[in-house]
Amino acid sequence: MERRYERNIPALSDQECRLLRSKRVAVIGCGGIGGYLIELLSRIGVGYIRTVDGDVFEESNFNRQLLSEQPLMGRSKAKAAEARVQRINPRIEVEPVTAYLDKNNAKEIVSGCDLVLDGLDNIPARRVLAAACTEAGVPYIHGAISGWVTQVAISMPGDGLIDVLYPEGVSFRDRSVLSFAPSLCASVQAALCVKMLIGRPVETGVLYYFDLLNQEFETIKLDLKKPE
Amino acid sequence: MIEVRLFATLRQGREKTVMLESPGFSTAGDIIEHLDIPAGEVSILLINGFHKTPDAQVKDGDIVALFPPVGGG
Repeated sequence: MERRYERNIPALSDQECRLLRSKRVAVIGCGGIGGYLIELLSRIGVGYIRTVDGDVFEESNFNRQLLSEQPLMGRSKAKAAEARVQRINPRIEVEPVTAYLDKNNAKEIVSGCDLVLDGLDNIPARRVLAAACTEAGVPYIHGAISGWVTQVAISMPGDGLIDVLYPEGVSFRDRSVLSFAPSLCASVQAALCVKMLIGRPVETGVLYYFDLLNQEFETIKLDLKKPE
Repeated sequence: MIEVRLFATLRQGREKTVMLESPGFSTAGDIIEHLDIPAGEVSILLINGFHKTPDAQVKDGDIVALFPPVGGG
């Protein structure tokens, strides 16, 4: 056991730590949620992380995005994520993809991964991600934030989660995001991700909903389709 | 009576919990309309803890919970 992982033990077993090092994940979006996801998954010891984002840093990112730093203004978020992981642990394999997820590249981006993490910031891209993960047969962990609120859910291929969370015609009007929302969102997603990667039981078909303004935390049972 | 619980931003300009006389409403969608909530601002609708769509019937004693969409990242 490498010393850097000794404080993972006994919450994780030696064998589970080794298993994590053999696992591959893709983080789609390297902004608010994605920046924290990449930090958490690299620190705990996931062996391969694909960092996907076509965007560059701008000043409005600074209130919440972990990877945003003044010297990185105008620079690629996906590449900043790669550099950050390499500074944490050069033995982690990082593959930056400096492109936005779209219908043409989505299947290739999620393929070859054990699990995909949603760090996206809009509903149309989430529909593209859901379709690609269904086609590729890869589960993903949805995370979204708005203002004081965070929500997280596991999606198995073909379960229709995104269409349930965002019925036709739905739109979110609150574009604000406070700094603690993405970090909480990523923490819940990362914990579920680790459990799935090491084969511990998780509950599907539920939405974890956290309202940090009113300190209300709900577990909502969803009526999803049977996964394909 | 039907108890309506509003979450997060749906409380803005409204109460956290609203009690409604049941005879005036046949579906959850009627309640959403009565509360003047635009249709696109409800993503999750629960009746007595069960996930439903706006066309679901409501009756006396039901608890309806409404959650707004959360979509940023």
